[in-house]
Order: sequence, then structure tokens, then C-alpha cells
Amino acid sequence: MSPPTRAEVCAVALAECFRGDGEILANPIGTLPTIGGRLAKATFEPALVVTDGEALLVENILPVGVDAPDKVVAGFNPYRTMFDVVWSGRRHIIMGGSQLDGFGNQNFAFIGPPEKPTTQLLGMRGAPGNTIHNKTSYWISNHSTRVMVPEVSVVCGVGNDRAANLGPELARFHHLVRVVTNLCVCDFGAPEGRMRLLSVHPGVTVDDVVAATGFELNIPSGVGPTRLPTDDELRWIREVIDPLGLGEKEVPNP
Amino acid sequence: MPVPDKRVTIDDVVASIQDGMTVGIGGWGSRRKPMALVRALVRSPVRDLTLVAYGGPEIGLLCRAGKVRRVVYSFCSLDSIALEPHFRNARQSGEVLTTDLDEGMFLLGLQAAAWRVPFLPTRVGLGSDVMRLNPALATVKSPYADGEVLVAMPALELDVALIHMHRGDQGGNGQCLGIDPYFDDLMCLAARKRFMSVERIVDTDDFLRAGPPQSIRINRLMTDGVVETPHGAHFTECVPDYPRDEAFQRDYVASAKSDDAWEAFRAKYLDVEEDEYQAAVL
Repeated sequence: MSPPTRAEVCAVALAECFRGDGEILANPIGTLPTIGGRLAKATFEPALVVTDGEALLVENILPVGVDAPDKVVAGFNPYRTMFDVVWSGRRHIIMGGSQLDGFGNQNFAFIGPPEKPTTQLLGMRGAPGNTIHNKTSYWISNHSTRVMVPEVSVVCGVGNDRAANLGPELARFHHLVRVVTNLCVCDFGAPEGRMRLLSVHPGVTVDDVVAATGFELNIPSGVGPTRLPTDDELRWIREVIDPLGLGEKEVPNP
Repeated sequence: MPVPDKRVTIDDVVASIQDGMTVGIGGWGSRRKPMALVRALVRSPVRDLTLVAYGGPEIGLLCRAGKVRRVVYSFCSLDSIALEPHFRNARQSGEVLTTDLDEGMFLLGLQAAAWRVPFLPTRVGLGSDVMRLNPALATVKSPYADGEVLVAMPALELDVALIHMHRGDQGGNGQCLGIDPYFDDLMCLAARKRFMSVERIVDTDDFLRAGPPQSIRINRLMTDGVVETPHGAHFTECVPDYPRDEAFQRDYVASAKSDDAWEAFRAKYLDVEEDEYQAAVL
């Protein structure tokens, strides 16, 4: 078996976000998060409920980017039903972001003044509702000071400082779990719910991460390397979940 | 009993839409959009519209054509191409204003309008900049023992709703043969005037030959007019009748690169009647 690629390391780190989640909807958005979610279900978290990327819940492990794969359809989950899942809390989403700050405030709406943005992006999407209702992790495929910023232009996803301001009652379902990037894995275990470095991917140094981060990242002593995929995980990724190698298109091997 | 005859023309639909109206458009992203009706709106003299949509190319087209004052949206995307280029240009030049909402708030706003209540309570928005960007959004305190503070999402009342379904009958019942019905029924329920374009008008009897009763998402209480527009969601997807026309969508995106590119696109595809458009894209 050839050694793991950076994309495969990211896929396993994304799968690890779901460890211990049990019977909830794993709802990763984007190619590598989807690979990670399906890998988690295929290996250490079999009770996870996953979608086909559209309106169906499926019980088999689907490949990404393959047209019309065979599906073991177990449920109907159109967009409107998704809000029932989100607002009842039985879900862990992994979503991206154009900007992310050290408290986990996230933006993909626009950058600049609301009446005339310098950069119009996607919009609020479901980020305010996701973050206030269910577990949220973030996936940043291009960890850089342009994305990891001291302050986001618009708060779509609610960070830990904003949640703290709401108070423990209103924010009782708010739970930011992890941040996985193309360089490292973080959580929010630093004081005041700030972002903390957990591990760096093989070939990446702590200094690389610090240089690519636009806010002060908490660096505990003894930060180690991100866990490598097992042979079993590599087989799942290469033979079943990502036979086309789409993960590497998102995060090329350095 | 025959159903009433509520068939109308594309021109009838456009004639009912006046300057400054709030228009809700069904579908989702670049999926099952009533594009034949949207193209007719582009050709019409109407202006200053407020658009309410789970946004796709209808937003971009109408913005680029100068029809829009405000967009009420939670995202605007072409799906296979993440960002809508004409909408971005309109925003970045300050030509259109937006109301930025979470997509769940959007659902609640339409539901509140449909149920004729002034607002629905939700946790969505708390802590986020939805509140800062929409200073008129208020919170409400639970009158019960919990006393919880929630966002009062106001009703999103529409003057007109435009949706596209796979099949319809002349009475304005509509059938969705795709996997996701999206929010089209709510759009209709939230609107004063409701128009549905369909791929094909069939006998009411034929609905159950094409799909189960659950696929008849739109009943005639929800519609005022139905218009047959074959291939009328093009270039957005209308599966199972046809997929998104990705090549055409790329041409559409390219038309945002310059005024010349837009004028050429407009002359070829928009300054023409629907049948000429369909002949040009087949």
C-alpha cells in the first residue's frame, strides 16, 4: 500500500470529528468532509446516518463524484426535512468558510460593507441556524492568513465569544467541535473557547501553522503529528469512497 | 367533474407583475426554476422588484437586466458553479440591496405568511450577524415559565409567486416528479397571486400514472394560473425530464465577464420569444 497522501490524512482527521457521535446525522459539506463522514460510518462510527448528498438517507457507503451509484435508500430527507433534523439537534455538520476567526466565527456571506460589498460570496446559507442548534466543525482547505483572520467581515456561523454573550441558556445547543485544515487539526479547548492546535499533518511544522494563521492560536506543549490512516482506512478511501481521487484535487499532495 | 380552466399565457403572467412588487420564485439554486417566466420578465418593462428566493440564475438574470431593487436571500448559487456571477457584479457595484437571512429563517418567514401569523419564533439568528444586518428583526420573550428569548421571524409576504412543476392540469394542480419538492408550495401559500409553469399540462387522471399521490405537491387552492412551458426550466435542472444544461450555464457565466459578452448573450437568448429561445438552445 503506497503511503498516505495529505488528502487522506485530512479525510481521516475529518472522520475523527464524528467519533463518539453515535446515531446522529453526519452532514459534511464538500468533497473531503464527505469522504471523512463516509469513512467514519464505514469504520469506527457505524451508527451514523448519512445522506447521498441530496435528499436521500442511505445505509451503504457511497463513492464521491460517481454518477448514480447503487444506493441502499433508508429515508427521505429533502431540504425542508433537514430543518427538522437541524433544529432538533441530531446532527453534526462540517462546513467550510471563506473567513474564520479564533473564536470560530465563520463567514461565507460577503466581505465589505453590506450595501456594496467588495466581495459577494454565497450568503448566510444555514450557518446561523446550524451553529446555534447542533454540533459544528469547520473544514478549511486553504489554511492561510486570508482565511484565518483576526475578525470576520460577517458572522454567519456563531463563534464561542458570541455564544458566551448569549449566555448558557440561549446558547445551550451551541457546540463547535473541531477545525480541520489542509495543515492541521484544532479544537476550541483554549481559555474563553479560543482555538487550540491539536496536531499538525505530516510534513507541516507548528511554525508553518502559526505563519498561516492571522490570529493568536493557542499552542499547547507537545503538539504531535495528526494520526495517520490505517491500512483499513486507506482501503476504504481508495477502493470504495474516493476511487476517482477527488480528495487530492481539493488538497494536492505537497 | 372537469377542473376549472386556469390556463394562462406567459404574457398574462408578466402583465400581472408591476413595478415595485415582491416576487417569490420557487426551485432551489440552479434547480427547477421557472426560467421561461423569468426570461419574459427580463423582456418586460417592469422594474424595482424585490425578489425572494432560494437563489439561482433567476436572481442573476433579473439583476443584470436592471429589474431588481432588493434581493431577500440566504444564498445565491449555480450549484455546479458555486457563486452567481451576475448577482455578484450587481452587489459589488452597489446596484441591488439585500436582506441576508439564514435559509431556515426563510422557511419560517414563508410559513408565517402562509399561516397568516405575523411571525414565527426561532433560535436561528441569535448570536449571528443576521441580527446586525437586519436591524428591524426583533426578538420575543416566551410568555411561559421558561421565559426564553427567541428571534421573531416576520412573515415574508409575497405579491406574486412563480414556480415550475413537471406536470400540471388545467385547474392548476401540480406534480413534482423530482426527488426534492423544495419550498414551492410555501411560496404559493405566502403569495397573493400564484402562477405555476409546467413542463406539460396533462389530464388530472394522468397524475397517478406518473407518480404517487405524494408527488402532487401543488393543489389548485395554491394557484391562480397555470402555463405550459416545455423545457421551461432550462438551463436549470428539471430531473427527471432533463438535467441542468452545464454547457449553457458556463456560457451564461461567461456573459458576466464584460458588457459586450452580456449584450451578445442577451440578444441571442433574451431579446427573443420563448419559442425562439427554445429553438436556439436545442
